[in-house]
Amino acid sequence: MSLGRRDIENVAHLARLALSESEVPVYADSLSRIIELVSQLERADTASVEPMSHPLPGLTQRLRADAVTEADRHELYQRNAPSLSGALYLVPRVIE
Amino acid sequence: MHLETIAGLLVALRGRKVSSTELVRACLTRIEAAQPKLNAFISVEAEQALAAAAAADRRLAAGDAPPLTGVPIAHKDIFCAAGSRTTCGSRMLANFVSPYDATVVERLRAAGTVTLGKTNMDEFAMGSSNETSWFGPVRNPWNPQCVPGGSSGGSAAAVAARLTPAATATDTGGSIRQPAALCGVTGIKPTYGRVSRYGMIAFASSLDQGGLITQSAQDAALLLAAMAGFDPKDSTSVDRPVPDYVAGLERPLAGVRIGLLKEFFDAGLDPAIAALIQAAIAVLEREGASVSEVSLPNLPLSVPTYYVVAPAECSSNLARFDGVRFGHRCDNPRDLTDLYCRSRAEGFGAEVKRRIMTGTYVLSAGYYDAYYLKAQKVRQLISQDFARAFDAVDVILGPTTPTVAFELGAKTSDPVTMYLNDIYTIGANLAGLPALSLPCGFATGLPVGLQLIGPHFSEERLLNVAHRYQRETDWHRRVPGEWR
Repeated sequence: MSLGRRDIENVAHLARLALSESEVPVYADSLSRIIELVSQLERADTASVEPMSHPLPGLTQRLRADAVTEADRHELYQRNAPSLSGALYLVPRVIE
Repeated sequence: MHLETIAGLLVALRGRKVSSTELVRACLTRIEAAQPKLNAFISVEAEQALAAAAAADRRLAAGDAPPLTGVPIAHKDIFCAAGSRTTCGSRMLANFVSPYDATVVERLRAAGTVTLGKTNMDEFAMGSSNETSWFGPVRNPWNPQCVPGGSSGGSAAAVAARLTPAATATDTGGSIRQPAALCGVTGIKPTYGRVSRYGMIAFASSLDQGGLITQSAQDAALLLAAMAGFDPKDSTSVDRPVPDYVAGLERPLAGVRIGLLKEFFDAGLDPAIAALIQAAIAVLEREGASVSEVSLPNLPLSVPTYYVVAPAECSSNLARFDGVRFGHRCDNPRDLTDLYCRSRAEGFGAEVKRRIMTGTYVLSAGYYDAYYLKAQKVRQLISQDFARAFDAVDVILGPTTPTVAFELGAKTSDPVTMYLNDIYTIGANLAGLPALSLPCGFATGLPVGLQLIGPHFSEERLLNVAHRYQRETDWHRRVPGEWR
């Protein structure tokens, strides 16, 4: 299984990654090798096997009560923001 | 004092033979001297460490000190620490200052440890050589031309060179055990759910587990006792009592059944490593353990399974880095899509992008069943193989890595060659099992790791077997000449 330019451009778009012209063939080559590696999975007979959904047998995801447990700490969290206006995150205009 | 284990330091601190301030000063001096040679740290927090050490000394004097008071440690830079830069080895988070503590950081601090700084790592823990870090590669203290392994390469190199007595680490496919093996130190990856993942930057959430790199199994037991246990902030944390790991260390090995894993002694294994593993088995047999052979027929599929599951989870987890609320943002974005695409392209390195795209591909329409669903089924088969093996044996034993440390640049051109480094370690992550690597000798002057894998929540047994082995051998006390 070999991935071409269109496959790479498609996954890069889905993953929201800008690629340069010169990167496309590099990733096409390495992803093709990885997909070739993972294609070994075809060898396994999994006809009656349940897919594994949790690393520990019998355990499922725990849920907590739908209650407010955190205090408002937006000022602290927003210290890491690349661009703010007051308490609002600034992004390029979305709707003209 | 820098050659002393944590067990030894605790005696010295309690006996007032040394102060935490003296220990921390000594570590900081060694870290500074080693930084140009090894690059094991991303951030050193000298001022905060000395303040914490002074506070520890006051508590020791007052006699109300928690168990690990005054012991210096380092944290892998994947663990958030409030007020500290937490980069995950990435340009994306190069300026990120965490607003909160990871549970691991919080618990180890509550137990009295003093944080020296944050150790270098492969970017977002994706790598087996520590060459993908935005902050430059780490070098192996045993031979600076060689890699320390990854992704916890900084933690392993720092402990091997005795810059810190111990360091935290994380393991998604071998990222604690492989660098521990390549640097000649002890590394434990606990059972999935044993140590909280809260505040540990996510790579692959069904595989990631926090653990330790230490000089000995005894030190790992001391620290794990403080780190492990239920955390309501991690929805996959398991609510189960933490045994007294230290109390279990000395138990005799009579009656312990060890399974030699047939699939680990395949054609890819360096014969010198195979011989050292056989010698280690002889030590454990003299200690009273019985040894038989076990087989995990689906284990050879663990690398392909992992390289579907881990990238899939990574592509989902790393979607949060969008240049909006935190992390790197590109200059002058044209529109929102351009902001996302260029911020991510600039913030992530080549290996991280490769894994995100691989994950996106295997999850995309038309390929999900063939790759992701299939991998989750094979993961089940591998898990069942382990469960069957543990009906017959208590511990599975084998090498940690197929080769000793390789040279920088030797495996960077082909990702698949690099991925095959983790061939012996990935199985334990897929099945959520605890596993430990400990030094068992040298081949061509470089350390070799012995791996022990146990059933879920058998950390106590793994530490016990490792400790009994370390009582009989001194491989774990060897320190590279330059760093003695």
